[in-house]
Amino acid sequence: MLGLLVLVIRRDLVLAMRRRADVLTTLIFFVMVVSLFPLGVGPEMSMLRKMAPGVLWVAALLSSMLSLGRLFSADYLDGTLEQMMLAPQSLSMLVLGKMAAHWMVSGLPLVLMAPVLGLQFDMSAQALGVLIIGLLLGTPVLSMIGAIGAALTLGLRGGGVLLSLLVLPLCIPVLIFGTGAVEAVSTGLSVTSHLSLLGAMLVFALVSTPWVTAQALRISME
Amino acid sequence: MAINWFKYSAPTTFYGLAGKLIPWFALSAAILFVVGLYIGFVVAPADAQQGEFYRIIFIHVPSSILSMFLYLIMAGYAALGLIFNTRLSAMMATAIAPTGALFAFISLWTGALWGKPMWGAWWVWDARLTSELILLFLYLGFIALHASIDDPRRADRASALLAIVGSVNVPIIYFSVKWWNTLHQGSTIKFTGTTMHVAMQQAMFIMLVACWLYAIAVVLARVRSIILERERNTVWIAELPEVRS
Repeated sequence: MLGLLVLVIRRDLVLAMRRRADVLTTLIFFVMVVSLFPLGVGPEMSMLRKMAPGVLWVAALLSSMLSLGRLFSADYLDGTLEQMMLAPQSLSMLVLGKMAAHWMVSGLPLVLMAPVLGLQFDMSAQALGVLIIGLLLGTPVLSMIGAIGAALTLGLRGGGVLLSLLVLPLCIPVLIFGTGAVEAVSTGLSVTSHLSLLGAMLVFALVSTPWVTAQALRISME
Repeated sequence: MAINWFKYSAPTTFYGLAGKLIPWFALSAAILFVVGLYIGFVVAPADAQQGEFYRIIFIHVPSSILSMFLYLIMAGYAALGLIFNTRLSAMMATAIAPTGALFAFISLWTGALWGKPMWGAWWVWDARLTSELILLFLYLGFIALHASIDDPRRADRASALLAIVGSVNVPIIYFSVKWWNTLHQGSTIKFTGTTMHVAMQQAMFIMLVACWLYAIAVVLARVRSIILERERNTVWIAELPEVRS
């Protein structure tokens, strides 16, 4: 089981490294969206500091949507996905591996980039720490919920926009608690409640979404 | 005598049954709408705190309730269709979605109209408003996914899965929005435990029943169209009197 997981993750990472431009585009998109906000709302530091967690989280949400279309489509187009589904190993496990690889390629870079962008918004060191922990817990959930949408919209016309329409409402709780944790730092409340809820969502998504995504793939591949 | 419980689970038989039921539901809905609106707008007294403005709740509350229940019913039909592979269940789910979205929209719209004189703002990021808005998004996602898949069977199954995932998510979304809101501030005006006037209760109840009857009538009419469209190449459709003429 674990061997299979490692194998799928390694395969997807190798494929992603061969097309580095795709990974970079997501990251550049994230940086650009975040940088546009001060230009839109004005350079007052007090306001930017207040907006920072929301801006960073919404930007992370949007850029993870951007890369979701690629999660299954390449394998679908060249027939690999069909072979994977015929394989005797559990499809849920394969899907989990693909989700993990997707997060490492499109979620993890955002987490690493976020503190640098947070400094542009004059966030305190403590708030930055909470932001990173929140993103570490939350972005995998975004990848996993997004995978359901990606599997359902596989091979459809205008799949990208449709995917966002399906997935974004489902991601709202992650957004709420992710930003809530950072805001709790500034208001002096406890951050553990928000982070625990994010962790609970991560665990729930971990056990449920691979199976649901596998079902969605079967529906789409019939 | 053995009763065939599944007689009306086939589109062939359900089509005729729905056709017979629609006039009854539609007529009783129309009558109850008139009665309910009359009691609500004429008989019921003005509210002590809110004056005449409160009267919008006779439309607002029933449509909010229906928008939520219809989502659950839709997800239930979707699950039935997915598990037992029954054609009619999937058609019902598809038929319910637009009506549910309409009620969610009416609920938001009337809420905004009420909020302007009461809260002084068209829109407040109140927990209930926000979750109703997200519910509307979920309906629209369901409709959009179904519309963008050409193969009707794949469309049924894919959107059914989405509806089920959505219904699991609804409580999570609701509570997260609620906690998010209480963290910021409570809503400025609340219905404090004032007991409602009897006429108000009656009007509310009659309007709720009227909305249910309307929803059933419209869903049945829509499911008839869907049946006609999906089964247009079958013999029994070609033999229907309304098709032959």
